[in-house]
Amino acid sequence: MQIQFTDEDRKFQTDVRDFISKGLPKDVARKVLEHKSIEKKDIGRWHSALFKQGWVAPSWPVSLGGCHWTALQQHIFDEISSLLGAPRLSPFGINMIGPVLIEFGSDFQKDRFLPKILSGEEWWCQGYSEPGSGSDLASLRTQAELRGDIYIVNGQKTWTTQAQLADMMFCLVRTGREGKKQNGISMMLIDMHQPGVEVRPITTIDGGSEEINEVWLEDVKVPVENLVGEEGRGWTIAKFLLSHERTNTAGVGASKRELSRLKQIAAQERLGGRPLIEDPLFRDKISKVEIDLMALEWTVLRVAAVEAEGKAPGPEASILKLRGTEIQQELTRLQMEAVGPNALPYLPMSIEDNWIGPKVGPDYAAALASRYFNYRKVSIYGGTNEIQRNIISKRVLGL
Amino acid sequence: MDFSLSEEQKLLKDSVNRFLEENYSIDLRKSMIDDRQTMSGPVWEGLAKLGLLGIPFPEKYGGFGGGGIETMLVMEAIGEHLVIEPYLSTVIIAGGLVNIGGADWQKQIILPGIVDGSMLLSFAHMEADSRFSLSDVRTTAKPDGGNWVLEGQKSMVLHGPVAEKLIVSARTEGDADDEQGVTLFIVECDDENLGGHEYPLFDGTRALDVQFNGVKVGPESVIGQLGKGMTLIEEAVDFALAAVCAEAVGVMNRTHQMTLEYLKTREQFGVPIARFQALQHRAVDMFIKVEQARSMAILASGSLEFDDPLERRRSLIAAKEYIGRVGREIGQEAIQLHGGMGMTQEMAVGHYFKRLEAIDLMFGDSAHQRARFAKLSDTAAPTEYVQPRKKWKQI
Ligand SMILES: Cc1cc2nc3c(=O)[nH]c(=O)nc-3n(C[C@H](O)[C@H](O)[C@H](O)COP(=O)(O)OP(=O)(O)OC[C@H]3O[C@@H](n4cnc5c(N)ncnc54)[C@H](O)[C@@H]3O)c2cc1C
Repeated sequence: MQIQFTDEDRKFQTDVRDFISKGLPKDVARKVLEHKSIEKKDIGRWHSALFKQGWVAPSWPVSLGGCHWTALQQHIFDEISSLLGAPRLSPFGINMIGPVLIEFGSDFQKDRFLPKILSGEEWWCQGYSEPGSGSDLASLRTQAELRGDIYIVNGQKTWTTQAQLADMMFCLVRTGREGKKQNGISMMLIDMHQPGVEVRPITTIDGGSEEINEVWLEDVKVPVENLVGEEGRGWTIAKFLLSHERTNTAGVGASKRELSRLKQIAAQERLGGRPLIEDPLFRDKISKVEIDLMALEWTVLRVAAVEAEGKAPGPEASILKLRGTEIQQELTRLQMEAVGPNALPYLPMSIEDNWIGPKVGPDYAAALASRYFNYRKVSIYGGTNEIQRNIISKRVLGL
Repeated sequence: MDFSLSEEQKLLKDSVNRFLEENYSIDLRKSMIDDRQTMSGPVWEGLAKLGLLGIPFPEKYGGFGGGGIETMLVMEAIGEHLVIEPYLSTVIIAGGLVNIGGADWQKQIILPGIVDGSMLLSFAHMEADSRFSLSDVRTTAKPDGGNWVLEGQKSMVLHGPVAEKLIVSARTEGDADDEQGVTLFIVECDDENLGGHEYPLFDGTRALDVQFNGVKVGPESVIGQLGKGMTLIEEAVDFALAAVCAEAVGVMNRTHQMTLEYLKTREQFGVPIARFQALQHRAVDMFIKVEQARSMAILASGSLEFDDPLERRRSLIAAKEYIGRVGREIGQEAIQLHGGMGMTQEMAVGHYFKRLEAIDLMFGDSAHQRARFAKLSDTAAPTEYVQPRKKWKQI
């Protein structure tokens, strides 16, 4: 057992830090650290900087333009970049469909799609959920019918994150009706810029942000070469995705960043004439979440170390998403609690970086309520936390 | 980083678990508690034969020369089997104090005795009003010719009733709560000026309250430097924190396993109660806590080798806080999921729960650790974020 970073790890940390302090645009970092709204072009600039460095795709093989970092290196990169204010790249291409195509895709698909994911030229979205199929995803009804060498797709997807920004969508559709419902599902890649694809925004409870959409598909044409794997393998492929890259679902780096933001805010707020951070009651809440985060971090490191040895992660891997999201939510809640009534004013436009109009309360309070409401999502998407518990109960505990 | 065990560590883990599997049972523990005993001769002898009583000591004193991880493995097994023997008191704490602070000749007398199982020691430190403060020492030691005379009182000396010697902290200078001025002494339990009584704690461990009515000891009984006892105590408590964290993980893991077993076998409404999702999710939350507690126990043991003392202290405190907190939650849930059976002395699960609660109360409970953690944790707020509060007229 050796629980300290090796010299090699430390060298890697230094390299990452050096690169980020030069490559990450300062104004973008400031927006992330100060909870300003982030636009597609902000993410695009960071993406380009990473692309030049060859660091867009941490897990992909080097031959396909990836870094092929170990799980531990990926964790280090995630932590440092999050702490320094790097915005999260769109995950749908790099972390989701990329690894799927590398594993199951045809040569055509790899050549056609992977380079543009890497360069950031094409953005992706994930078309799984439907109005009637959320947790019970296998009941999905969007239909694909083969006519010659083209599938005709009809149906509706919903909750589709970044559909309004995406050029392509990887989509689960029904191609068969016989046997188990899982067996009739296929995965295909749909060009978003074509007639019959209609994206309608859904406003979320945080009010301002535009992130999810309904995607209506009416006689949408998908060439057969955009079918991933074979017909009927969609469910297997989707499950592969779930087991992939588990360590970064914990979001330890971003939570550390928000923890230090919480301390900054609590140092500026006053309670009875003293900084709030000196109030023992509030301090206790901070310590609790900080220690919870340490417990998660060391569990992530255990999982990463096992993955680095090329072994399948143990049962501890299954808890990362669950705990990670709970901690993220607690941090947004505590940040809001820290500013007290100053969380109440709701002026979404004032978190635009160039906003010069009126403001209410301290700048650091402006985004906190929106963020708190927005972060309720993290225990819902990607398989709700109840579904995660069902999975652990069945697969790990054998109940 | 590498969290796997070496071949030697795996062997150690297997051998301690095999021995306890074969020689220790919950019934033995229960009958010992009924008989007001706090250790079993054959079990202690067996632990000595396997070399387990010498795990943390250097080989030249008959020890195994192990580090934090080896201790962790033994303590975890002790927790799994809910072993009530004085391992923590004698080997980890008292042995630890001698090992880090004693003179070579003291080590030569004491450590081999601990290792072969013939010598039992306890640490007499806590006092009636000291709560969790380590430096609140009021017992005094006054010079008397070349000797020292001890006056005062010590509380809750763990496994004190079976100890042959006590290591006693006493003030040779300063006032209660001063960091300086505490000295450690070895006192023979059969000293006629040492009075006291023994009693059980809620987890079945037996403890001792003692009065020092002018107990006279010679200069050779001093451990370490005069007045510098706190440094030794803090270091020994660091070891003890890591050790009880590991023990707690063993206790929690077994508690969780027993609960799973019960869920699968107990039937109500015509099905095993494991079929009820409300209970499944609670079992999952217990599992999540056990696994993270394990991460924290590994951090605690591993941190004993950290170079940065602040980082080491911070890790130990965080680990003890987390383990105390989730240990309680796991224990409570285990009782609830066992229903009425969980309430009985007969079932093992209640004994495990009580041990978790007892561990929380040792060396500072989770609330105390959170307060310490807050003091050590960075509160730095870079000034660039300080914004003036603007008051605009209206929007
Ligand atoms: C912000 C956001 C972004 C999203 N982005 C995407 C995206 O990009 N692409 C995409 O395909 N989807 C996306 N989703 C959809 C997301 O994956 C689903 O919302 C999620 O799978 C839950 O489905 P549902 O909303 O239909 O809830 P339901 O399945 O109806 O669940 C309702 C409640 O019942 C509980 N429940 C359901 N079944 C069980 C069970 N068996 N046991 C116990 N409890 C159960 C759930 O946990 C939940 O609490 C997004 C969702 C959100 C909120």
